Amino acid sequence: MSAVVFSPRRIGAMVLRHVYLMRKSWPRILELAYYPSVQMILWGFIAKFLTTNSSWVAQAPGLLIASVLLWDILFRSQLGVSLTFFEEMYSRNLGHLFVSPLRPYELVCSKLVISLLRTLIGVGGAALLAIPFYHYSIFSMGLPLIAFFVNLMMMGWAIGLMVAALVLRWGLGAESLAWALIFAAAPVSGVYYPINVLPGWLQPLALALPASHVFEGMRAVMIEHQFRTDLLLNALLLNLIYLAAGVVIFLAAFHAARKRGLLLHIGE
Amino acid sequence: MSDYAISVGGLTKRFGKVLAVDSVSFNVRQGTTCALLGGNGAGKTTTLSVLLGLLLPTAGRVTVLGEDILRHRYRVLPRMNFTSPYVDLPKRLTVAENLTVYARLYGLKNVRPRLEELSEELQIGAFMHRPYGTLSAGQRTRVALAKSLLNEPVVLLLDEPTASLDPDMGDRMRGLLMNYQKRSGATLLVASHNMLEVERMCTDVIIMREGKIVDQGTPQALLTRYGRKNLEEVFLDVARGRADEPATRGTS
Repeated sequence: MSAVVFSPRRIGAMVLRHVYLMRKSWPRILELAYYPSVQMILWGFIAKFLTTNSSWVAQAPGLLIASVLLWDILFRSQLGVSLTFFEEMYSRNLGHLFVSPLRPYELVCSKLVISLLRTLIGVGGAALLAIPFYHYSIFSMGLPLIAFFVNLMMMGWAIGLMVAALVLRWGLGAESLAWALIFAAAPVSGVYYPINVLPGWLQPLALALPASHVFEGMRAVMIEHQFRTDLLLNALLLNLIYLAAGVVIFLAAFHAARKRGLLLHIGE
Repeated sequence: MSDYAISVGGLTKRFGKVLAVDSVSFNVRQGTTCALLGGNGAGKTTTLSVLLGLLLPTAGRVTVLGEDILRHRYRVLPRMNFTSPYVDLPKRLTVAENLTVYARLYGLKNVRPRLEELSEELQIGAFMHRPYGTLSAGQRTRVALAKSLLNEPVVLLLDEPTASLDPDMGDRMRGLLMNYQKRSGATLLVASHNMLEVERMCTDVIIMREGKIVDQGTPQALLTRYGRKNLEEVFLDVARGRADEPATRGTS
């Protein structure tokens, strides 16, 4: 029972809390994979149609399926952080958690681990389904896929922490931000189209998002068969800034909650 | 180390224009059970929250087990615990799962034997594997007490510890807490509205009203000072402001 400043055991305890929850509910696990799978199936049919009607898509038939799967990595990783944080609030558990030796940054780490697990289950299931459905394996992308995955996870974590911070500050009334913020990023991330189709005034905004560099990189791999390290580095650098901002904003919201006495009363 | 497990000086907490706690100072001796009494809005829960580090004060100093709780709370949190009706546990997890998670958070090495001990002491074995959300209010209170005793705390803060328990179970839980205190030498600070509980358990009493400490002493000293037969009457005197009227006071 020492006052260790960083304890993997405490992080493990918080991960265990969510594993218990997932383990006892098959519908929950299926739900994680359900939406990514439906999205993948829908876009798979669109891609099938477009490959015969669009020369651009025909260059890389798996392009749209890869886009939707990568987009879901970003989306699920963000939800994995913010929704699991909301669960602590719904259950009015924050008071107990924060009088235990658990540090706020350990809670953050545990949310990132849980987010990774949920994303692997959700998007992994959809990615495997794409193989028999459309004879497309995103894993054929090879090592660049790992780079894209890591970057999209990082951006999702950053947004998830910012959403959790906003909800900690303004209460569960702000929980719709969990969906709203990430959807606002979708049109300018160039998920399904190159960012040069965006109006000129919007392109700097797109370039400020790590995701747009990832999706440009994905198209370079799939169409030009070229791995663009410049895009990867841009994404990584931006992600480090975003993630640091996410952690700082979350810790600031936690500090504000301690000042305002929210930790004991926040909940349903 | 000082004789005091808890030492509070000039503690003030302001929420906007509301002064919830107004320059409160008190000490709780090691190995004693102290009650924090007061009506709704007296500042008891706010004071407990500051002692736990859940709430940052506007001003003042708080020391628990010799550590400044505002600067070094993580040095003492492993040796503290608490329970309160204002907080809950995840409802879809079973009692055993909830307690396991918290046992690991508190760094317990042998989780299962400790859960078995607590299960027996608090008589929660029958619903150990039921989801926490399906339990009655009384059962939840016992589980919350089990959680608060997991790490065998040296300082235990209890906010309404026997709320929702029937008289029989309430009495058993009070006995259990008293035994724990005696056996471990722990310091207990109890915020309660149950005056019988306070009379039975506590060696010292602090009475708060409108964010201030209006009186403190041993239960016997308070009864003598107010010329009353029980703490309920003392509480009513204080809550209704009659304590300020000399006519109601007995010899002091």
